[in-house]
Amino acid sequence: MRFLSKYRRHRFAGPLLLLAGLLFVGFGYTVAQAASEEAVLTSSDKATLIAEGKEIFARGCSSCHGLNAEGAGIAPSLIGVGAASVDFQVATGRMPMADMSQQAMRKEPVYNEEETAALAAYVASLAPGPASVTNEELAWERSGDTAEGGELFRNNCAMCHNLAGQGGALTQGKYAPTVMGVEPKHIYEAMITGPQAMPVFADTTITPEEKLSIIKWIKHAENEPALGGAALGRVGPVTEGLLAWTLGLGLLIGIAVWLTTKAR
Amino acid sequence: MSARERVAGNVANYVDERTGSAKWLKKTLTKVFPDHWSFMLGEIVLYSFIILLLSGTFLTFWFDPSMREVEYEGSYEPLSGLKMSAAYASTLHISFDVRGGLLMRQIHHWAALIFMAAMVAHLMRVFFTGAFRKPREFNWIIGVGLLTLGIVEGFLGYSLPDDLLSGTGIRIAEAIIQAIPVVGSYLAYFVFGGAFPGEMFIQRIYTVHILLIPGIFLALITAHLMLVWYQKHTQYPGPGRTEKNVVGYPLMPVYMAKAGGFFFIVFGVTAFLGAVASINPIWIYGPYTPGQIGAGSQPDWYMGWLDGLVRMAPPLETHAFGYTISWNILVPGLIIPGIIFTGMALYPFIESWMTGDKREHHLLDRPRNAPNRTALGAMSITFMLVTLINGGNDLLATHFDLSINQIMWFSRIGVFVLPPLAFVITKRICLSLQRADRELVLHGRETGRLVMLPHGEFIEVHEALSPERAYTLTQHEQPAAIAPVVEDENGVRNPKGAKAKLQARLSRAHSEQIAKPTAKDMLEIENHH
Ligand code: HEC
Ligand code: HEC
Ligand code: HEM
Repeated sequence: MRFLSKYRRHRFAGPLLLLAGLLFVGFGYTVAQAASEEAVLTSSDKATLIAEGKEIFARGCSSCHGLNAEGAGIAPSLIGVGAASVDFQVATGRMPMADMSQQAMRKEPVYNEEETAALAAYVASLAPGPASVTNEELAWERSGDTAEGGELFRNNCAMCHNLAGQGGALTQGKYAPTVMGVEPKHIYEAMITGPQAMPVFADTTITPEEKLSIIKWIKHAENEPALGGAALGRVGPVTEGLLAWTLGLGLLIGIAVWLTTKAR
Repeated sequence: MSARERVAGNVANYVDERTGSAKWLKKTLTKVFPDHWSFMLGEIVLYSFIILLLSGTFLTFWFDPSMREVEYEGSYEPLSGLKMSAAYASTLHISFDVRGGLLMRQIHHWAALIFMAAMVAHLMRVFFTGAFRKPREFNWIIGVGLLTLGIVEGFLGYSLPDDLLSGTGIRIAEAIIQAIPVVGSYLAYFVFGGAFPGEMFIQRIYTVHILLIPGIFLALITAHLMLVWYQKHTQYPGPGRTEKNVVGYPLMPVYMAKAGGFFFIVFGVTAFLGAVASINPIWIYGPYTPGQIGAGSQPDWYMGWLDGLVRMAPPLETHAFGYTISWNILVPGLIIPGIIFTGMALYPFIESWMTGDKREHHLLDRPRNAPNRTALGAMSITFMLVTLINGGNDLLATHFDLSINQIMWFSRIGVFVLPPLAFVITKRICLSLQRADRELVLHGRETGRLVMLPHGEFIEVHEALSPERAYTLTQHEQPAAIAPVVEDENGVRNPKGAKAKLQARLSRAHSEQIAKPTAKDMLEIENHH
């Protein structure tokens, strides 16, 4: 105790104490987090989660997908689609589908994180399928290579999603949406589940490591400052031509009119 | 006389005695140019061309026109280590590692877009005012040549960086070349120096882009401007302006000062765009590889109409004598553009045949006073707009929540229906405007001031037009239609009967006008009051 009181007023005492406090909180949080994740895995908790999911499903999804997710005329069976598909569809707001339009659109999610997890657990319990990605699997910030990701994107995704990832039109009013601003987890899940018109990119076609590279490239393109000035929506020559006619030629003609009006 | 003036005088004298330049200069410097904003469109084209030459020269210092494969080691990290052509790598180098390089690239590309846009605007001015009529038909044809060259030059320049976006365009160009019956595939093989994409293409189009076409440009622009010079510029009608004179400012000092200043304004606007707005960010598109393709790939706007035509063509092929004829590429890619450009080049002669007018014209038409021509112009513009819209169909689909198939059908039908509709509507508008002019001349301007007369009647006060304005509104001629000569006076059928009939019909369409007020009308009105 003498030791503590002796250094109590040392000028490093404050910062050190702060550091220790932060470390303690951080550690505690991680441990608690891990503990809660573990908790999901205990079988009784898992059973409640599935039960909860079944209940939400009966209320929100069964009208289209059938009471036991076996599918109905208007919506496909969900048996075997896996947790990843449910997480992607529900967390990006696509499901529950609002109207039976060409394509389920991204919108504000209807269910919160726990409810989504419950739904995913329920659908996953029906038959095995691709699981949701965990945070360890999603280590795109640590591994992966941006340049390789760009090359993979141009090879596998750009024909639908555009070279700059801005999205593109498919036939009959369907479209591939922009991939900018999509959460890394959902990019990954889109690749492993292939929503709607999008193909599934199995780990044999694009390895998990390569998937992380793609995410890395998308995130890089998203955060890249607009080099060379305003990006004009990054849709290429169409907006450029529009600007050349309006701002460029428009301004010049305006000046020409001004130059040739006689001073009155 | 100060010493300095004496020296200057001596130098001038020395030069004049040896070249006889004083007389030439005097004639030149006092040459008169009319003043109107629409006459400056040609200048915008000229100045953008100069900007293109200057900025393009800068780019040649670093651009490497080679398809040799290199590994990128420059400072743009998301592409580092990738295999690409030296052309693409050197464009990245200009963009990121040469001081002012990106700015120059952007100025060059913006100048190209403005060059083409101003050229089209200039063409429309010349067309709608009838400035192409005798004796300026040759200058019109030179103009059509310049426009065609501009499209080709722009397309080649756009392809030089060898990025994935422009590579998609070259692929389409190759398909168009291949669609030429019989010789197509040999021609494509010849152009690319082997199977697509080959190893020669960038090198070849580089020579054409920086040497051949600019050389032809310089020659044609010189001829174009010399013709403007010798034929003198046209002018808008007005008091004191006749077919025999030119009213305006002398070249020196007024016109030169204005023109010189205007050059810097054009440069300023282009540089401003280059500094604030990104254009053709090739680093996002990635290097060209034959197997890759991007959704929503578009060419620059002046090629967009062609792309739109190709996109709307229904798939149609015939197989004959072991050859495949791809009508779906041949018709929109070669035949229709061929018809459009030939028709455009011949239009001055076509119009003079239709109207039977073989006289010289130095006074311009107000577009409303040539309803048929104006309507034809509106029709052509509408056609171009529909095809241009279809060229951007995928972007319209995603950005306005439309279906690509809907847009496709809209343009397939619209390309036939909308241009004639534009013709009819424009002609009606022109005739209404003529009617409004007639009212204005006869009854003056409505002042909106109401006056009550002593016996209680209300009248609106009309203000008579100034004589100058009335003259401007009535100076044009309204030629009558040609009567068809079916039989000559001996009752012999005209051997050119059908042709004469057609000419008479077209001439009738051309001479459809609202009769302008005559002196007699004016007198009647006067007596009435
Ligand atoms: C209005 C009807 C409707 C409702 C409500 C609805 N869905 Fe769907 N769902 C569909 C349709 C239709 C599809 C097929 C879409 C497609 O692939 O084009 C679909 C597809 C899916 C898929 C993708 C299946 C696959 O093959 O990968 C999942 C997962 C899904 N729904 C989950 C849900 C969940 C969970 C809910 C409840 C929160 C829900 N849906 C509510 C109509 C509906
Ligand atoms: C055949 C065309 C096609 C290809 C190839 C394709 N996608 Fe997709 N992608 C789509 C469509 C269509 C959707 C929309 C699905 C939906 O709305 O449910 C989509 C959706 C997505 C989404 C979800 C976007 C959002 O708004 O939530 C992501 C992320 C995505 N794709 C990434 C990729 C990646 C990465 C690749 C390449 C590995 C790829 N896609 C290849 C067609 C494609
Ligand atoms: C490189 C492209 C071109 C340049 C640099 C250029 C430049 C000019 C200039 C400076 C003038 C005089 C000012 C004016 O009337 O605007 C002019 C006149 C003219 N231009 Fe062009 N022009 C180009 C393309 C064209 C095109 C595409 C056409 C039509 C097809 C055209 C047809 C004419 C005609 C007929 C005149 C005479 C107009 C008159 O005297 O009223 N030119 N051009």
